[in-house]
Amino acid sequence: MGRFNEIKELRVENIVKRFPGVLATDHVSLTVGEHEILALVGENGAGKTTLMNIIMGLYQSDEGSMYINGEEVRFRSPNDAFDCGIGMVHQQYMLVPNMTVLENIALGMKECQKFAKVDLASVRKKVTEISTKYGLKVDPDAYIWQLAVGEQQRVELVKTLCLGAKFLILDEPTSALTPQETDELIALLSRMSKELSIIFISHKLNEVKALSQKVCILRHGAVVFEGNTKDYTPKEIAALMTGHEVETSANTEEPCEGKPALEIRDLCVKSDRDFLALDHFNLDVRQGEIVGLAGVSGNGQRELAQAINGLRRVESGSIRFFGTEISNMTPRQVIDLGMGYIPEERNIEGIVPSMSIKENMLLKDNETERFSKNHILKNKVIEKYTDDMREKFDIRSPNMFIAAGSLSGGNIQKVILAREIDRNPKFLVCVYPIRGLDMGAAEFIHKQLLALRNRGVGILLISEELEEIMNLSDRIAVICKGQNQKVLMRDEASTARLGILMAGVKEDE
Amino acid sequence: MIAAIIVNTLTLTVRFAVALLIASLGEMYNQKAGIFNLGCEGIMSMGAFLGMLIPFAIGGAGEVPGYVNIMGLVAGTACGALMGLLFGIVVITFRAPQGIAGIGMQMFGVGLAGTFFRSYIGGSQSITGINATAIPVISKIPVIGEILFTHNAVVYFAYLMIPVCYYVMFKSPWGLHVRAVGTHPRAADSLGINVNRVRYESLVVGGAMAGFAGAFLTLCQAKMFTAGIIGGRGFIAVALVYFGQWHPIKIFLGALLFTFAQSLQTQIQIFVPQFQYYEFLTMLPYILVIVVLAFNRKSNRFGPAALGRPFNREMRV
Amino acid sequence: MNNYKLWYKVAVILAAIIVALFIGSVIIIAVGGNVVTTYWIILSMPFKNLRSICEVLTRMIPLMIIALGICVSSRCGINNIGAEGQMYMGVVASCAVAFATAGMPRMVAIPLCILAGAVAGGLYGFVPGFLKAKLEVSELLSTVMLNYVATQFYLFCIRVPLLDPQEKTGTPMSARLPDSASLHKFFRGASLHQGIILALALAVLVYILLFKTTWGYKMRAAGASSRAARYGGINVSKYLIIAMIISGACAGMAGSVELMGVQGRAMSGITSGYGFSGIVVALFGGLHPILVIPAAFCFGILLYSQVNLQILTAVPPNLVQTLQGAIILIIVSVQMVINNPYTEDRFRRRFFARAKREAR
Repeated sequence: MGRFNEIKELRVENIVKRFPGVLATDHVSLTVGEHEILALVGENGAGKTTLMNIIMGLYQSDEGSMYINGEEVRFRSPNDAFDCGIGMVHQQYMLVPNMTVLENIALGMKECQKFAKVDLASVRKKVTEISTKYGLKVDPDAYIWQLAVGEQQRVELVKTLCLGAKFLILDEPTSALTPQETDELIALLSRMSKELSIIFISHKLNEVKALSQKVCILRHGAVVFEGNTKDYTPKEIAALMTGHEVETSANTEEPCEGKPALEIRDLCVKSDRDFLALDHFNLDVRQGEIVGLAGVSGNGQRELAQAINGLRRVESGSIRFFGTEISNMTPRQVIDLGMGYIPEERNIEGIVPSMSIKENMLLKDNETERFSKNHILKNKVIEKYTDDMREKFDIRSPNMFIAAGSLSGGNIQKVILAREIDRNPKFLVCVYPIRGLDMGAAEFIHKQLLALRNRGVGILLISEELEEIMNLSDRIAVICKGQNQKVLMRDEASTARLGILMAGVKEDE
Repeated sequence: MIAAIIVNTLTLTVRFAVALLIASLGEMYNQKAGIFNLGCEGIMSMGAFLGMLIPFAIGGAGEVPGYVNIMGLVAGTACGALMGLLFGIVVITFRAPQGIAGIGMQMFGVGLAGTFFRSYIGGSQSITGINATAIPVISKIPVIGEILFTHNAVVYFAYLMIPVCYYVMFKSPWGLHVRAVGTHPRAADSLGINVNRVRYESLVVGGAMAGFAGAFLTLCQAKMFTAGIIGGRGFIAVALVYFGQWHPIKIFLGALLFTFAQSLQTQIQIFVPQFQYYEFLTMLPYILVIVVLAFNRKSNRFGPAALGRPFNREMRV
Repeated sequence: MNNYKLWYKVAVILAAIIVALFIGSVIIIAVGGNVVTTYWIILSMPFKNLRSICEVLTRMIPLMIIALGICVSSRCGINNIGAEGQMYMGVVASCAVAFATAGMPRMVAIPLCILAGAVAGGLYGFVPGFLKAKLEVSELLSTVMLNYVATQFYLFCIRVPLLDPQEKTGTPMSARLPDSASLHKFFRGASLHQGIILALALAVLVYILLFKTTWGYKMRAAGASSRAARYGGINVSKYLIIAMIISGACAGMAGSVELMGVQGRAMSGITSGYGFSGIVVALFGGLHPILVIPAAFCFGILLYSQVNLQILTAVPPNLVQTLQGAIILIIVSVQMVINNPYTEDRFRRRFFARAKREAR
């Protein structure tokens, strides 16, 4: 079945793809041979996912061509890609939550969709066949919303294989896995490469070293490097990724002895799905220190940040902010007490995208004497303030009147940072602050955070990047399944130790 | 006398629930695929108009051959499908906000039906329409016979649609696509399903059913047309979909409930003419809808997650 | 290349107008009318004399007031389809207060009546606002249902408690309003009344509220992005409800003004569909309080044409309602095209590619 019996070689030449205002793919060419594993590496926004979506037929390239086994192919939709034996596991799983595993797989198998009936029996047969062959255990009748993240990924793999994939593309496959699950996946992929070729996208360089034979680096949509993985160290690859020697701000200060700013005890908070996201969580952060919270995303970080800022209900437990109990206060009250918050989704939460930069500066402080009098806004004062902030925080935009949503990610984050820092907060909660930003913007933000810390402001830094946490924090806590596993001093922490804690394994076991 | 009121009400409920039921089942397809179509009322209006126009044009107020009445039903259905397509152009191709676009569609449909009616028919004409035919033998069963088996053929046809709709939604390939597209359009897209095409198809089906419901209203129920004949049923149909949690059986029960409330109110007016406050009775079904919506929040979580959100593959997540 | 952006917008709007005219023409032909004559009647009759201009301006008044309320609610992110019902409630309250203040000086009675209308409309707008903010009930459905409820309540009121005791034909309507509660007209023989002062004053007030005050800022932020607004400490639920109250109050005031300035008594159909036309006017004015003024003028012309169409042509006045629906569909589609950076970009590239080829 399918157009090709096996894929000996996949080659793309000179692919170009434009979106409004940005050249996402810039004359990219690459080749993957038989049974090869290629790692596609690059910072966020480098164009990796766009390129893979083109190969999968989700986007049409503006220029360039694709060849399989030397024959030219044109993909107008994912159906064409499936036909040729290419399958993809996306970073955000493409599974319909309120349908079963079988129904999700049947959705893609055109041959069991007869005119008036869906032939679930033949789908079940195929699933069992693939499951046993590759050792991927799945429950065909479970609903997707019942499955954990690791199980969902197995379903995605089974689905791609059932659709006849002979060439696999994996987009950030380990982003939601613990280090141990990651090792299992790497072993699985190594086994599978005896039959299939694989491209996987990652920015975790140790995985790239462990799994791939070839590595290809994208920067700003163009290939800047291609070579054999074994010839380079992770540090060299990182330098090639960013284009300059990777220089990160490091916190080298002595741990402080400030007053406790934030004291969380036995905090229980429910997630959107009604189970406990935070399960008797405990943490202390003092004035003038940075506490990094490490953990695989999805273990309660988002709910913690929201609970602290009054955006989510606290079921039980307490949060004391400089001695005042703030759990279940309104966001306004928490803000007025001096809490600063850099939210996870900067585009949707941190700014109002359709309003101008100038209007976004007012989001929290519009009622203060500084910006309004008797509820009338002081226009000139606001404009001057915005100009000052643009200069101080290096926010690059043609003027202050353009919509904030049209700025680049880094500049949006700077707007949020400017607003938060200039309010002189007593404390700052930062969630994934440099996610998706280029090195320059990330550097800037880290410098600002360290400066804040040195001014005596306590910071709770929630991040997935272990390097960021180990570089910046005075103390490091690890969250897993809603509980604080352990708190380590900066010099006690290592990637291995943190990895074990992130997986929920207690150290003394 | 109470017994007479109840039996009458139940009989009328079974007969009159059809319009609400079919329109609501059609809207169920729309919403399961992710589109919120408030223009249902406008589509029903045009369906109602065509349901009257065809037999009136051929035979005036008198009897017409059966196939002419069927043609009226078909015309209403076809027009409904076209209007569903038009709505699709606005909310799928142009990605306009569905709430306001729905109100626009409603005004357009009601206005258009009114314009054509005054121009071609005018005044207060009526037609013979399709009449009830009691099924021999079983309609003689006391009470139940009268309630269930004394209706016209179209009513029975309409109730057959319930199991058909259930099967199509939950067992057929198209239903699988519709459910996927309304809950996780990106997943469907990644599997090569044309999200927008499935949504167009659901709008055409939904529109056709709304048109059918409107034509039923004039041909089998009211036997005449005025500009406001739909009387909010299109909106109630949309609300019923929420009430029925996007499931054909629950929607059916909801349709029965509301029609019962409306029929009860008219029966009381007939049997108790000295009741001075009949406007408050007329209000009741509408208040009932609001009450039901207010107490329905929990179920929203299981509905089509992508409801109301246009799909754009190029949009970077 | 900023010029290009402007030309693009103009081109899209022109295309929209042409589509609207085209749809209108098709319908006119289908009912046997003459397209040119019909459009000529619509566009020229208003300017024949002072009386006809006043007719347009009189219709502008309730359109403007309701549209201003809709601007507030829409910008706060809540769609108020219930203006008809809120208007009816305003009429009932004003009528009752008008009779209660009979004989008082006009300077006292009239503001009281208008206030009554605003309060009644505001309360009736509070209900769907509350339902949405606290119970997540879609305001689209609740306001539509409340329209029907209000209509029935109004019919009851003019049939029973407010019924004119002198009315013998059985048509439900209230007695004539006393002189203390009637808005005087500016010119003898023409219908324009003092309500226009209220309408224009409201336009300025709403503009200041939305764009110059902190409350307006918070409402706009809540409407543009409720998540960001919540993050910023804005109490979105509170402002949703406030916006609905303001919107309902405006519709209620429109009812008062129409009652006291035009009809002089409460009868069935007094709202004349203004509740829905007001929505179209608000959309047409881009939800901007000052632009609502010319938008209301245009729709005043359209609504006035219903009278002339009925007398002078075979085209039924329902055409106007049809056109309003079509205009809504066109406006919302056009807005998406104008605001979509992708389509603009695609047209720009194709346009410039062709220009480049021709230049060679």
